[in-house]
Parts: sequence; structure tokens; C-alpha cells
Amino acid sequence: MIFAFLAETAGDADAGAAFPPFETWHMPSQLFWLAILFMALYVALSRYILPKLSDTIEKRANRIAFGLDEAARLNNQAVEARKALELRLAEARSKARETAEKARVKSEAELASETARVDADVSKKLEAAETRIKRLRSDAMKNVEAIAVDAAEAMIGKFGVKATKAELGKAVAKALE
Amino acid sequence: MIFSPALALDPISQFKVQKWIDLRLGGFDISFTNASGFMLLGVVLVIAFFGIAARRGELVPSRLQSAAEMGFGFIADMVRSSSGEEGLKFFPFVFTLFFFILFANLIGMVPYAFTTTSHIIVTGALAMSVIVTVVVVGLLKNGLGFFKLFAPSGAPWYIYIILTPIEIISFLARPLTLALRLFANMLAGHIMLKLFAGFAVALVGAGTIYLPVALLAFGMGVALNALEFLVAGLQAYVFAILTCVYLNDALHAGDH
Repeated sequence: MIFAFLAETAGDADAGAAFPPFETWHMPSQLFWLAILFMALYVALSRYILPKLSDTIEKRANRIAFGLDEAARLNNQAVEARKALELRLAEARSKARETAEKARVKSEAELASETARVDADVSKKLEAAETRIKRLRSDAMKNVEAIAVDAAEAMIGKFGVKATKAELGKAVAKALE
Repeated sequence: MIFSPALALDPISQFKVQKWIDLRLGGFDISFTNASGFMLLGVVLVIAFFGIAARRGELVPSRLQSAAEMGFGFIADMVRSSSGEEGLKFFPFVFTLFFFILFANLIGMVPYAFTTTSHIIVTGALAMSVIVTVVVVGLLKNGLGFFKLFAPSGAPWYIYIILTPIEIISFLARPLTLALRLFANMLAGHIMLKLFAGFAVALVGAGTIYLPVALLAFGMGVALNALEFLVAGLQAYVFAILTCVYLNDALHAGDH
């Protein structure tokens, strides 16, 4: 459709109003200026502008790559430091547990020995006390017998009965049993 | 000159080349014309845009620098994906082509501006520069092996009787289609724009009865304007990517 239109219009060129793109007088000038301007643009872009742009882009890419590398390195460092810290923490914890265990065992042993010592002491004191009580009681009993014999002698004396001390002692001992 | 609707509607006058400065060189008329002027404007704008954007070279780019770097990356990716790493030698050429055409097309979108790419001599010269580059690079790189391009390997012998002439014709058609595609798109688009816009104005002048039709024509003009912006970018892209594809043929003629 366009070409039919163009042909028709180009045909009109003979009639006076030429179709401008098909006019020939301006073609040398168009080619001349196109060559000069296109070359100028090419030189300006390829010599100065594009290298500068690509330089900037490359520099940025390098910077980003460097930054990422640096970040990875620091991250590794942090991970390692954390591992070391955890290791030391675990070590310290086990050492603390060991120390606590040792202290516990020691204190338990101390406690046991102390208890045993105190127990022995107490039982010795108890024994001493018991023998003393026994002695006191037997002493007391002897006194009671003597008193009872005396009392019995006096009482039967009042009834006018006579008895020897030995007989009285035997009787009292029998009654007290 | 008397104003008349017919004159206002003339969609061809916008392509008229007018001398600004009369110049001659060895019998040739190399006058500085409106076409040269707008071409110069485009070149100056490309250099100014990329020059200012690239000058600082900041690690954290400004918006302008960012845009320039996007353009750089866009063309670099295009060249790399269409012609491989080897094609990057021609990156400045493709870059120059793309932005030269893009800026010429976009400047043409400004009312009363001259569209340099609407002249077949300009698009033809650009296409020839591409084809000459392709042929020279192809011959330098592959020697006579470049002509394997016309006989792709892997077909039975009798296919070549048909295939080779087709390949030769399609190769010869490349500069023609490259030139005509850009030229015809810009020409047709600007004619349509002028027609609809002029039609709208003429209808308003013709009377209030025609106002709805004028609005319709105006709406068409607006829609076409949007379309033409798309075409301006698209045709620059098509020209650049076809250049990459043709360069790929030249660089890897024996590979297929």
C-alpha cells in the first residue's frame, strides 16, 4: 500500500512537486554529512565514552566481587571464632563439672569421717555414762540393802525377835529380787 | 503563500530538504541542509547524553549514569547473544548505529522536526556500511570459506541446487531490506501522523458539524503518536539486532 503510494507520488515528480526522498540533488550532501557525523559519533563513542562507561561498570563489578569475597572471608572468620568459643565453653563446662564433682566427693568423705568420729565419740561417752549409771545403781542398791537390813533389824528388834545380820541380809536380798 | 487546507494536509512537505548553508566540494553539492542540521542535533544529543552520564564514573551511579549504563548493557547483551564474544569487537559500531537511529527517530517525533531516517539515501548508506563491514570481516576472517554461507552444510547435494540461489538472493536482499524497513516505517508513520493531525485541524475549520469526526481523527492521531514512539524504538532495535545477526554470519560462516 505504502509502495503504491510512493510510486504514485514519485510519478508526480515530473509534474513539479517531487517526492523529497527520491530527489537526487540532496543525496551527495546527505551522504557527506552522514559520513562525517556518523564517523564523529563513532569516534566519540568508541574512543572516549564507551571505554569510560565500561571502565566504570567493570570497576563496580570488581568492587562488588571484592566486597563479597571480603564478606565471605569475614563470615568464615566469625564462624571459626564461634566454633573456637564453643569448644572452649564446652571445655570450661566439663572442667567445672569435674571440679564440682571432686568437691562433692571430698566434702561427702569429710562429712562421713566427721560423722563417724562424732558417732564414736558419742558412743564412747554414752558407754561411760552407762557404766557410771550401773555403778551408781549398784552402789545405791547396796546402800538400800544396808538400810533395809538396818530397818528390818530395828523392826524385828521391836517385836523382840533376834536375828543375825547374815540372815537379815539374805532375806532382804530375797525380797528385793 | 496562501494558507489552504490542502497545503496543511500535504503530508510530503515534511520530508523536504532545504539548504541552510550552500556548500560545494569538487562539483558536488554538499550543502548543510535541514537534514544535516537535525542529524547533527541527534549526534550532539547522543554525545551529550552519554558524555555527561559517563564523565563522573561514580561507583554508585546517578540516574543519568544509570540510564547510560543500561543502554550500554542492553547493546552489549544484544551483541553478545547474537554474535558471541567475538562480536564484541563490533560493539561500538552496533552501539553507534542503534543510538544514531534511535535519536534520529525520536527527534523526528517532535513536531516540525526533520526525520533524517525518513530518507532512503540515509538508511541505504547505513545498511551498506553494515553489509560492507560484514563482507570485509567475513572475507578477512574466513577467506573463501565465507562463501560457505551460501551452502549450509548438512543437506543432501540436490537440495543445494535450490538452496544456494535462495541463500545468495537472501544475502543480496539484506542491504535492501535493512534500508527499506527503516525508511518505509519512518516515512509511512510520519505521513499517517501528518494526515490524521492535518485532517483533524481541517475538519475543525470546516465547521462545527464536523467536530465529532475531527475528534475521532484527533484520537487516531494521538494513538498513532504512541505507536510511532514504539516504532521509533523498535526500528532502531531491529536495525541493530539484524546487524548483530549478519555479523555473526561473517564471524562464524563455516560453523553451520
